[in-house]
Amino acid sequence: MSSTTDPRAADGTRRRRRGPRTWLATLPLLAFTGLCFGIPLGAMAYGAVTRTDPASGATRVTGEHLARSLQGPYLDSLIGSVQLSALTALVGGVLGVVIAQAVVTSRSAGLRSAALTASGVLANFGGVPLAFAFIATVGISGVVTRLADLTDLGWNLYSFTGLTVVYLYFLIPLMVLVIAPALDGLRPQWREAAQNSGATGRQFWRHVGLPVLAPSLLGGFVLLFGTAFAAHATAAALVGGSVPLVTLKIADALSGNVLTGQENVALALGLDMILIAGLVMAVYLPLQRRSARWLR
Amino acid sequence: MAAMTPTTRYSDGARDTGEPDAGAPARTPARRPRRPRPGIWRGAVLALTGAYFLVPLVASFVFTVHVPGRGITFEAYTELLSADGFTESLLLSLGLAAATIALSLLLAVPALVAVRIGSPRLRPVVEVMCMLPLVVPPIALVTGITTVLRWGPEHLSRTPLYQTFIAVQNEKFPVVLVLAYTVLALPFVYRSLDAGLRAVDVPTLAEAARSCGASWPYVVLRVLLPNLRASLAGAAFLTLALVLGEFTIASLLGFRPFAVWIVSISGAQARMSVAVSILSLLITWLLLIALSRAGTTPSTAAAAPATTSRKEP
Repeated sequence: MSSTTDPRAADGTRRRRRGPRTWLATLPLLAFTGLCFGIPLGAMAYGAVTRTDPASGATRVTGEHLARSLQGPYLDSLIGSVQLSALTALVGGVLGVVIAQAVVTSRSAGLRSAALTASGVLANFGGVPLAFAFIATVGISGVVTRLADLTDLGWNLYSFTGLTVVYLYFLIPLMVLVIAPALDGLRPQWREAAQNSGATGRQFWRHVGLPVLAPSLLGGFVLLFGTAFAAHATAAALVGGSVPLVTLKIADALSGNVLTGQENVALALGLDMILIAGLVMAVYLPLQRRSARWLR
Repeated sequence: MAAMTPTTRYSDGARDTGEPDAGAPARTPARRPRRPRPGIWRGAVLALTGAYFLVPLVASFVFTVHVPGRGITFEAYTELLSADGFTESLLLSLGLAAATIALSLLLAVPALVAVRIGSPRLRPVVEVMCMLPLVVPPIALVTGITTVLRWGPEHLSRTPLYQTFIAVQNEKFPVVLVLAYTVLALPFVYRSLDAGLRAVDVPTLAEAARSCGASWPYVVLRVLLPNLRASLAGAAFLTLALVLGEFTIASLLGFRPFAVWIVSISGAQARMSVAVSILSLLITWLLLIALSRAGTTPSTAAAAPATTSRKEP
């Protein structure tokens, strides 16, 4: 460390140098995302809209793959994914709000912190281990299945309903995490103000509570939808291919389990997914910003 | 809520408006509702919730130790270490995680510090670049990666780049996975670091250190990083959890880290695959609980990341 002799000179050089130097420090990150994120995505988008003739090697632009990705079994898988995501997001959202309200309004600080920590942990409980935990519990020879004779009751884990139950395991805690701050933000004073003006509880929720919560509720729903929509590992380990989901269809096409020449349709399906996920985020981000206004 | 009596309402209001003076120094001023209602619905909701979240865990454990007709045995756990591929896949996952953590921090820390100190105009650019991977499902990213990897043999076989393509896909240590995981981890690393940096007055600290004659590397390594310890640890934990649980990209690119290995043994060794699942969950949870503890002390900085690492489900 050299001591500076003339403070003004040191200051001057620093100021002149600061710009270019700091600018350089962001370069590796930007270059990395450009290379490792931009190029694969570009390749995917390019492959989704072009077709290379194997004989001549000529490449031409075509909407064929995108059109194929919106037909037949591929369309079914997209619809299946959207249905599953919408259903799980709706159920998970409602249950998450109820549970968060129970936790937030309880007077026990211990319950509160335990519930929020548990939610943080459970919301991360996805992927392969979750699938196996459910197989061991309510799968064909699962512990609870045998104890309660669930098979006779028509229960089947490897179905749309089964997947819904499994997905809720990480979606409900996610909703609790998202919505708890918003429920906290409902100031008791507002309720008192409403009550002093003669409003019933129902009127309070109708005219104050829900409007304030609406952006957070919608934002939470959208976030849950996006999470369920992108989920692949759980479904892959659980149902294989018995439920039509777009992530499973892409995996099939990529690993060559279907007719060759389907890779470009997989790319097109990937593009479809990004469009839907992008739409979801486009709804979520502004909502989050709006709800932040009330959450202080 | 509709069932509240006028008297409780009144006393509620009186307490909340009249008491702050007395209640404020004690703890958080009386904000949380305070209704003396027994809250049967709350008990029922919490009990049902607890059952839903506990039963699969307990049942999985029972599944691993109880063999019908043979009673209790811990074989599924004891035979684990000698199981074919267990150590290799676990070591591979840990190695990938270490490399991913190192790479993502090396990329993100200088960029974020620079944005704080001298290039605030680049901030939105960096933020968008880091958050974009959230919009892209891993499976869509993997379709792009396979396409790019196929260019190697198809177009580049006579260029030096071809060797890079081969090296990147080395079975022993697939660098391509590190690159993909770093992309997936960037949003979480960014959030964690950004929250940590927000809690520190970076420009002032840097100015002060510079005025005392510290060089820029010294400022970053000895002045800023120690202040960011909690958020660096948070970013590292989240990345570790993400890499240990990642299945989609690795399986579709044909590699065999931990999560892929669990699936591959599930057919022949159902009990063991569930046992490993439980263990990996416990480890991940311990990491995340440690993280949320660490995060609550200085600020709300790292408390949030736990909410956000779900990427893989």
